[in-house]
Amino acid sequence: MTTRLRVLDDGAWISVDDDRKVRVSELWRLDASDLCDCALTDLVVENFQAVGVDGSTVEARVYGQCIACGEDGTTGWIPVGRVHGGSFAEIDRDAVRRPTDCSDG
Amino acid sequence: MPTDVENWKSEVYGNEVRDRLFEFAEAGFDSIPDDERDAWFERFKWWGLYHQRNGQEGYFMLRIGTPNGVLEPGQLRVVGEIADEYARGPGTNPIFGGAYADFTTRQSIQLHWIELSDVPAIFEKLEANGLSTQQACGDSWRNIVGNPVAGKDGQEVVDAWPVIRELNETFKGNDDHANLPRKWKVSVTGSADGSGQGDINDLAFEPAYKAVGGGEGGVDNDGSEDAVGFNVRVGGGLSRNEPRLARDIDVWVPPEKVPAVAGGLSALFRDNGDREDRYNARIKFLVDEWGPEAVRETLQDEYVDFELETAGRDVREEYTYNTGSGERNDLIGVHDQKDGRNFVGLNVLVGRMGAGDVLELADLADEYGSGEVRLSQRQNVIVTDVPDDALDAFRDEPLLEHYSPSPSPFMRGSVACTGTEFCSLSIVETKNRQVRFARWLKANVDLPGGVDEFHIHLSGCTASCAQPQIADVSLRGMKTRKDGDPVEALDVGLGGGLGDEPGFARWVTQRVPADEVPGAIANLIEGFAAERDEDESFRAFVARHDDEELDALVEPKETDYEDPMLHNTKRTWYPYAENDAMEDAPPAPADD
Ligand code: HEM
Ligand code: SF4
Ligand SMILES: [Zn+2]
Repeated sequence: MTTRLRVLDDGAWISVDDDRKVRVSELWRLDASDLCDCALTDLVVENFQAVGVDGSTVEARVYGQCIACGEDGTTGWIPVGRVHGGSFAEIDRDAVRRPTDCSDG
Repeated sequence: MPTDVENWKSEVYGNEVRDRLFEFAEAGFDSIPDDERDAWFERFKWWGLYHQRNGQEGYFMLRIGTPNGVLEPGQLRVVGEIADEYARGPGTNPIFGGAYADFTTRQSIQLHWIELSDVPAIFEKLEANGLSTQQACGDSWRNIVGNPVAGKDGQEVVDAWPVIRELNETFKGNDDHANLPRKWKVSVTGSADGSGQGDINDLAFEPAYKAVGGGEGGVDNDGSEDAVGFNVRVGGGLSRNEPRLARDIDVWVPPEKVPAVAGGLSALFRDNGDREDRYNARIKFLVDEWGPEAVRETLQDEYVDFELETAGRDVREEYTYNTGSGERNDLIGVHDQKDGRNFVGLNVLVGRMGAGDVLELADLADEYGSGEVRLSQRQNVIVTDVPDDALDAFRDEPLLEHYSPSPSPFMRGSVACTGTEFCSLSIVETKNRQVRFARWLKANVDLPGGVDEFHIHLSGCTASCAQPQIADVSLRGMKTRKDGDPVEALDVGLGGGLGDEPGFARWVTQRVPADEVPGAIANLIEGFAAERDEDESFRAFVARHDDEELDALVEPKETDYEDPMLHNTKRTWYPYAENDAMEDAPPAPADD
């Protein structure tokens, strides 16, 4: 089954099968991101630049800023949720995310 | 690969969206197929309808484009009546109540909580009264801005109002210019005050003199006659952390050729703008890439059929609007018109006015002026055509206690965008917060002697709808952690402004928790008062300090200011609802 993925509202939402599921303005923790040198990047999610899928993992490239060190820019692919049996579950917002390095999206 | 938006636009866009919009309105919101909603919402923008954010399903923001901010006699009353009847929804704003109009930084009007089923009736009423929502949003010619008192202003070089009207008539509903790569924001100013803010628009016409045979106007040193017209600048804009000032393309045009040049540049953008990447689509990026000379050359070679003149003598040195210079930095207060009457600028805090007040203002405009009202780019209203002998009585009207012609500097200087109340992009709550800030600052902070204006602009995100980069203090939505918990925060920028030498604010202090911002501004102003050179303006003060020194002056501090919206207002369906959780969002409105 294919999943329809889109960045909507000028980068404010990731929509999965025509439902807005993942929003900007959250704080995400990233392990070993390429955005900055912090051991744990504390990222303000300001804008989604692209969305893709790798297996069952939905991933996005995010414009934002690390509030620990102040570095800003666009990240590599970061997991945002999983598709299981046709339904999408967002990754727990407090979880530490590990950037992936590829996406077919 | 073209973007989703480009694909949707290539299927249906522009004028033809209207029939489908009306069909959906007739059949009800639920008649829009789920998998076509996003495409239709994108197309509806062209007709001024913007679906509100998640949790507010089935409700729309409706934008009325009032060219140059001009509301002819009677039109403000129509807006007030529509707001009163239709702009009510399940959420009530604790400061502004249940039905209100927002006057915007581009001289337009926004109403919220509009239901699709009401759209045909609203359009009918608007259009019967000469108003329209056409192209108020979406990828085409947006509302044309300028000096709102064009045609009346005592400081006018050339009357831009007939030019703006002609552009509006030519390019609204014009299929050749209906689908551009991105929004197209045009400013045409005829006054020497800079109040059209051309520098931050995609295309700007600014007053200028040119010695061309037989023209009218002033007389040059060499005795030749100068014609009045406009110099042209291209590629300004504030969005996305990539602010640009419009660039001089070395062209002067007489008023009658403005439509040809404006149409040529709009076509150049249509054909050459980036349709593969919306973040790179605005013409400011094309000007970056090509340079202003190539823009001029392409315009001359491919898009106009007459020889372009080189730029004329501008009057930028005389600009005062949003410059922080102390003279006509805004259009608040009583000012002379050419015809001996007066225009009276009234302060509308953060641009929002309850529907009842809108109706009352329309009555006052009838009683004391000609009934006409105009809107400025600082979210304020201007009542025009008030004779000298009516001024005192007008000033004594109770409504003017709330919308004052001589407000406190902090009330006067406040501009705020829509924010999390309705906008998907926002990171923080904005309008109500800015009202709370202004009230606290008014009660607790004194500006140093002789400073009677201080501009603070708050935008919820980097789109910069509140034009934060051109204020004394720029505030932009952010997040930070306070005691480990995520809270709404603001980045603080300083010293921006327009004028002969425009400059954007420098972001000196990042991520101040929102409840510490008033204290930070109080400390900053205290430092300014202590270290100021004689009667130095705040902007000049900022200019001679480096970022580190300024960051030290902006000392965040908790005060007795309390911020009820520090939590993530984005996770609510409406930040001010009693049960604000997304799960408690009301269903889409049922069809009447
Ligand atoms: C639902 C509310 C709104 C949404 C979703 C919205 C969306 C946006 C977006 C996406 C941008 C960036 C444009 C770009 O990248 O080209 C922007 C910029 C802007 N908008 Fe809004 N906007 C909203 C309300 C307003 C209001 C109330 C105003 C006042 C007229 C306004 C005026 C502007 C201005 C002046 C800019 C920035 C300057 C520029 O780059 O030209 N917007 N808006
Ligand atoms: S600046 Fe951002 S938050 Fe404010 S109205 Fe514009 S898009 Fe929305
Ligand atoms: Zn970091």
